[in-house]
Amino acid sequence: MQMIIANRLTDGRVVFMDDAGDWVNEIADGLLLVSRQDADESLAAAQQAVEENRVVDPYLIDVAADAGRRRPVLVRERIRAFGPSVGLVPQSRGVI
Amino acid sequence: MYRYDEFDHKLVAERARQFRRQVKRRLSGELTEDQFKPLRLMNGLYMQLHAYMLRVNVPYGSLSSRQLRKFAHIARTYDRDFGHFTTRQNIQYNWIKLEDVPDILEELAEVEVTAIQSSGNCVRNITSDHYAGRARDELADPRVYAELLRQYTILNPEFSYLPRKFKIALTGSPRDRAAVALHDIGLRMHRNEAGETGFEVLVGGGQGRTPFIAHTIREWLAPEHLLSYVESILRVYNMYGRRDNIHKARIKIIVNQMGIDRYRELVEADWEQIRDSVLKVPQAEVDRINAYFKPPEYECLADIPDELNDVRARIPEFDQWMSANVAEHRVPGYSIVNVSLKAPGLPPGDMTADTMDAVADLADRYSLDEIRVNHRQNLSFVDVRQLDLFTLWKELKLLDLATPNIQTVSDIICCPGLDYCNLANSRSIPIAQDLSRHFVDVDHLALVGDFTINISGCMNACGHHHVGNIGILGVNKRGKEYFQLTLGGSSDENASLGDRLGRALPQDEVPAAVETIVDTYLAIRLDGERFLDTYRRAGIAPFREAVYNPVQARAVA
Repeated sequence: MQMIIANRLTDGRVVFMDDAGDWVNEIADGLLLVSRQDADESLAAAQQAVEENRVVDPYLIDVAADAGRRRPVLVRERIRAFGPSVGLVPQSRGVI
Repeated sequence: MYRYDEFDHKLVAERARQFRRQVKRRLSGELTEDQFKPLRLMNGLYMQLHAYMLRVNVPYGSLSSRQLRKFAHIARTYDRDFGHFTTRQNIQYNWIKLEDVPDILEELAEVEVTAIQSSGNCVRNITSDHYAGRARDELADPRVYAELLRQYTILNPEFSYLPRKFKIALTGSPRDRAAVALHDIGLRMHRNEAGETGFEVLVGGGQGRTPFIAHTIREWLAPEHLLSYVESILRVYNMYGRRDNIHKARIKIIVNQMGIDRYRELVEADWEQIRDSVLKVPQAEVDRINAYFKPPEYECLADIPDELNDVRARIPEFDQWMSANVAEHRVPGYSIVNVSLKAPGLPPGDMTADTMDAVADLADRYSLDEIRVNHRQNLSFVDVRQLDLFTLWKELKLLDLATPNIQTVSDIICCPGLDYCNLANSRSIPIAQDLSRHFVDVDHLALVGDFTINISGCMNACGHHHVGNIGILGVNKRGKEYFQLTLGGSSDENASLGDRLGRALPQDEVPAAVETIVDTYLAIRLDGERFLDTYRRAGIAPFREAVYNPVQARAVA
């Protein structure tokens, strides 16, 4: 499974593309892509969002289901989705 | 402290207004990200993993309490209540919104601080010894010349599109606390045979994927020629530096490819043309800047070793702090106090807004309003009356800023790593946290003594791993984080690059490996040897054996 991740232009926050083509903060609310065709089409839509100045640098990430929860496969993307894993003030939104 | 003149104020205000217009054009879509990126980088604004990151300069590491309070205000108002002090004496904010940046830059300009040239292929923040103007062994205050260079290089079109970023560091002391040999240009004050104070000029040092210790390009340079000589070094770099390959674009590559002798010839030939030009620094200008760095009006006091020793004898914790965190001052009756930002388990260099405000208050009360940031990611109060040391220690303890660990195993340099940084391969802060929780026994820290551990989350080496006594480099192997250890690095006046210990280790094996290295050192050191001395005498073999073949190493021992 894959999802599209990006940074929102105005504040730089990590966002995921949802099934309406909007950009949401939580990985749980984003659109899961199962076929290559879906992934290609969504990435094209994400590029459109770049041109519309909504997001910066969208790309596909691999996601696995882990105890009913979506979890990016690469540690870098897990940190983007849930992190940072450290901080002076609590920041993490889940287990990295 | 340097104060802006009318010209400085105008330039900074204009720049903030210009960036406000650029942000507006970006948000409206008039500028694409590709067009905007170089503009935002010139104002210190990066896109990191979670948000925009803003890097703000602390020129040569000197801050007033008013400026630190403004940093606290920025953290509280525009970020998540904290900031991160870096190895380049800067502060970074990790959660900045693009739309807020113009307001932030205007707020910073109110206290004469900017983010100009804190990124991009230009001359970056010029750093110096954090004890500048106060160290007992210093020949002259290097900040005067750092400020001169800052003024000369800021928005100078000839240095705005260099092949790559360019870092300059200065020290006025023979004891190098500014890592000058690891900079594109390092300037080290010393006296020539005639007894005149000038600079040894070093060039081509740096870390990253291809680390080099700088070469001496000129043994002694009269201060009046500083601008022209630096200009000639930069001219040759502009001419010959590679722009086709980002990994080969730093000056260190060119200097080491053509050789320091050839680079020197080119620089000296260029310099002959311009050394007596308008770039010759008038003494009046040095005097004008010098006036801003004039030492404060000190009280007429004497050193009070007996009184302090009485308190130290009664309170061992104060004694440990005095030994580790307090340094000599050039004026009798005063001391330099290092404020540790490395309490066990905390991310090195991070500081909350409330703590920044509290430190600013302490600076007002105990250190003549001034704070220094150093490249080991700690702060210093540089003008503390010895009569106030005990009271200040108690105040710092309440803020968890009195860990007696300066220049010890738990005083770790650490980059933001994969928790924040777009370039990182692995996390680095959790390793620093593990180690600082592991080495909490202050008696043990004192026993081990002078030691540096530096951690980087990728080969760009922002955490200075090449020059840590123990360097730790995060690597990514098939999607997993591993850590490569190096031994024997140093950034002082006898700088050296670390040697690779062996295969990379998973995170949970790093603290035990570091402990093994420390224990091996304790077992084989001779009287008076620091870790570095033992390493240079005994070599890497005993440490490698102890970490990778523990059973055999024990049998041999």
